[in-house]
This record gives sequence, structure tokens and C-alpha cells, in this order.
Amino acid sequence: MKEKSIFASVVSFLLILIVAGTLLVLSVPSVTANPADSGSGIKGVIKFEGAAPKPTHIDTSADPLCSKGRTAPATTEDIVVDSGGGLANVVVYVSEGLAANTSQPPQESVTLEQKGCQYRPHVLAMQANQKLEIVNSDETTHNIHPTPANNREWNMTQPHGVPLDHTFAREEIAIPIKCNVHPWMRGYIAVFKHPYFAVTDKNGAFDIKNLPPGTYTITAWQEKLGTQTQKITVGAGEAKTLDFSFKQ
Amino acid sequence: MRWSFVRTSIKFASWLVVLTAITASAATAQESHIGKLTGNAKRGKALYGRYCIYCHGPEGDGRGENAPYLNPKPRDFTKALFKCHSTPAGSLPLDSDLYDTISRGIHASGMPSWKPLLRQERADLVAYIKTFSSAFEEEKPGAVIPIPAEPPDSAESVKRGAALFQSMNCWQCHGKDGRGHGPSAPTLTDSQGNLIPPFDFTSGRQFKCGDTNRDMFRDLETGLDGTPMPSFATAMTPEQRWDVVHYIRTLSDSKKHVEVKNDASGQ
Repeated sequence: MKEKSIFASVVSFLLILIVAGTLLVLSVPSVTANPADSGSGIKGVIKFEGAAPKPTHIDTSADPLCSKGRTAPATTEDIVVDSGGGLANVVVYVSEGLAANTSQPPQESVTLEQKGCQYRPHVLAMQANQKLEIVNSDETTHNIHPTPANNREWNMTQPHGVPLDHTFAREEIAIPIKCNVHPWMRGYIAVFKHPYFAVTDKNGAFDIKNLPPGTYTITAWQEKLGTQTQKITVGAGEAKTLDFSFKQ
Repeated sequence: MRWSFVRTSIKFASWLVVLTAITASAATAQESHIGKLTGNAKRGKALYGRYCIYCHGPEGDGRGENAPYLNPKPRDFTKALFKCHSTPAGSLPLDSDLYDTISRGIHASGMPSWKPLLRQERADLVAYIKTFSSAFEEEKPGAVIPIPAEPPDSAESVKRGAALFQSMNCWQCHGKDGRGHGPSAPTLTDSQGNLIPPFDFTSGRQFKCGDTNRDMFRDLETGLDGTPMPSFATAMTPEQRWDVVHYIRTLSDSKKHVEVKNDASGQ
């Protein structure tokens, strides 16, 4: 009699576990990126307040091959503001509020180009374990040297035309990239464990698509001006607008 | 009665599994394996406190009390980045690589050879040094890079090496005459942000990770992690790397030296 009741209680406990587990899986928004646009997301523009600093000229004459193929002389890219005050190269991302990540890194790779002895793009965002293809479009030889805090450091020479790729295993916002041969070269790679991030374009605009409904903390990171955060709630199929403004 | 016995045994068995797992993982993380030697981190800690702590610091972060007076700075073990290793660029070193570094020392730096210590003691130190970073538990070292047989050190090889020294931009840091005075030299820093000069090939000093041609070939393949010296693994073929080794050898010997000529690009 006693054994039977124990058996029954074990079975019912297991059943409860299965039902609860199924409910939990169904209720928690999945982080798997939707290939089709669900319509919900966050759009916005990041502005620079006040008079924009003028980019300064970079002297690349130590390597004459750097100016080959450049239409304009190289200038600094730490703060890039357009005529409307839009701030480029800001990484905007969901920093809190997502369920545990279950998504696989995308199959497509992202590309970092070295052109005219500068990085294109200057700021790149990608997912952990996604493939980063590094291209040297210059005639000169570069070395690509990420100096991460949370990933393994790596430093490879890349002559023109030699393919090179790399992955970063862990989230890190953002990894500085340098070229020791051309010390003025500076770029950043932001690595995320989820797909909800964007980098502002030359007008300061960003668009984070397919965000599951929820309440999130959104962080904007700029290499020189630091970070800002805002809270936002996004409903199902809702396209929210969120703007940030940075000043020096 | 029977059920309670089953439950107790299940509980006991699961504790046993957990305990075994914990001890097993602790054992591997606290050991080093160099040939037939097995190093022990506990013994290594005592040796570290006696020989290494003054430069590398109690936390293994390279901030020992002697560190301010040293240049280059003592290695920060918490980053698990090591100059000398037989594995690919950016990979963890093998236990034997760390053992070799302790035994050889790092030439042209404050790190002496620790050959006066017993082999077992050096293996124990390797086990302890690995405990400063979780990387040794989370990742595995890459495959050992192959070093092919060295072709003859001919005038043609030196000439090709001279051209590569130019096109690979070695001269941007090491200078056209190999004295370490290239245009980028004053800007170079190590991973801790300390200024670090490029190697002066004319100095006749021994190379940091060993002074044979094979050591130099390996340096070109792996780079020196944590410094501005990159890997040339995909940038040059093995034959080209041997050519560069042969050329660099001429820089410390004025009779053999071949001047790097300015090419059409005006470099």
C-alpha cells in the first residue's frame, strides 16, 4: 500500500514537471532570430548634442602605399557626426531582459576591410562564434591585432590578397582592433551572444528588428563618449522608437 | 522500507558521482604533464612564493614588487597569453612550452633561466602558473605547428628574405637596418599598455624564445602573443619564412648584410 502511494506520487510529480516545463518553454520568448520580420522592434536616431568636433587629418606618409586608392586624405573617426547631428558608429543593443539565448550564430559571415589604411566599417557588430572575414584591399601588408579583455588575443599579418578569418567565442563590447605596423589604425568589434544589436549608420539611425515582446534595457555604446541606457517595453508586433543623445 | 533503502542508495550514488567529478576536474586543472613528469600545483605554489612572486606578484598578474624596475614587464599570467609556444597564434601553450620557457628563460628580458631548479620543480611551477587563468580549464591548446626541414642558407635565400622583410612591413617596426628604429617603433605597446621596443637584430642578443633558426622560424609562425609581433602563418609560405630567417641572420653580421633597396613605391 505504502509502496503504491509512493509510486503514484512519483508519477504525478513527473507529470507536473513535464506540464510545467512545456508551459515554461511556451511562455518564455525564444531568442531564436526569426527569418521573417515579425514587425516588432526598436528604431531610432542617435544625435550628437552641440557643435560637432572636426575630424583631424591623419598623417599616413610613413607608408606611401596607404594613400594609394584613397580619394580623400585619412581623417580621425572617433566621433563622426553628419550635417543633421546624427552620430555614426554607435553600437545599440539589448543589454537586459532577454531570455537565455538559444540561437545559433548566423551562417553568413561579416566582413572587416582594411582600405586606405583604415578599417571599414570603423565599428562592426557581430555574434559570438560568427565568422569574421578580414580583407586587405591595400597594397601594403597589415597586421590585424584585436586586444580583447574577455576573448583570446590574436595578432596576424595579412598581405594584400591573402584571405583571413576569425571567430570570437565570448560576448564583449567592444574589442579594440589595431594594426601595429600602421599605429593610427583603430577599429572596434562588438561581439554579442544574441542577435539584437545594431550599429548606427552615417545619419545616426539604427534598427533592431524581430525583437520578441518584452521589457528591455537598451544600451548605446560609443567608443569615446561612453554608454547610455534606457528602459523600453515592446509589445507583440509593435515598432517602438527610441532616441539617444550624446555630448562631449 | 525497501523504498527508503533505494532512495538512500540513489542519494549516496549521486553524491559519489558529483564528488568524483569535482575531484577529477580539480586534479586535471591542478596538474601539468611534461613528458613523464607530472607537476603539482600545490607544490608549485610554494616554489612560486619563493622564486617567482617578487616579479610576477602574488596574484600572478605581473605586479610583483620588482615589476616597476623591469622592462619588459613581467608576464601577467591571468591573461594566459605567452610569448613562446609551439601552438598556433592566439592558442594556449602546451605544458611543455611553459616548461621550456621556465628552463630557458626569456632572453633579452629580466626572466632568467631556472635550470638550477629540479625538473620536477619546474613541472610543479607550470601546474601552478596555469591556475591563474580559467582558460586552461575552458580551452585546449591548438595542434603543434610543423617545422619543415631548413633549406640551404644561400645568397639567393637571403636576397628573397630581404625583399620579404620589405614587403611584409617588418621594417616598419624593426627598421630598414634591423636596429629596431622603424617609423612605428615608438608607438608599440604590449597588451598591458607598456611601451615595448622592437627587437634590435644588429645587437647580437639571443632571441627571446630561443636562438636557433628553428626557434626563429617558429616565432614567425606563432608571433609573440601579448606583444605587437604578429604571426606570419598565413602571410608567408614556409619557404618564405626560412628566407626571412636567413636574411635576419645577416643583420647581426655586417659582412653578410644585404641592404634593403628602396623600391618603386618610394618606401
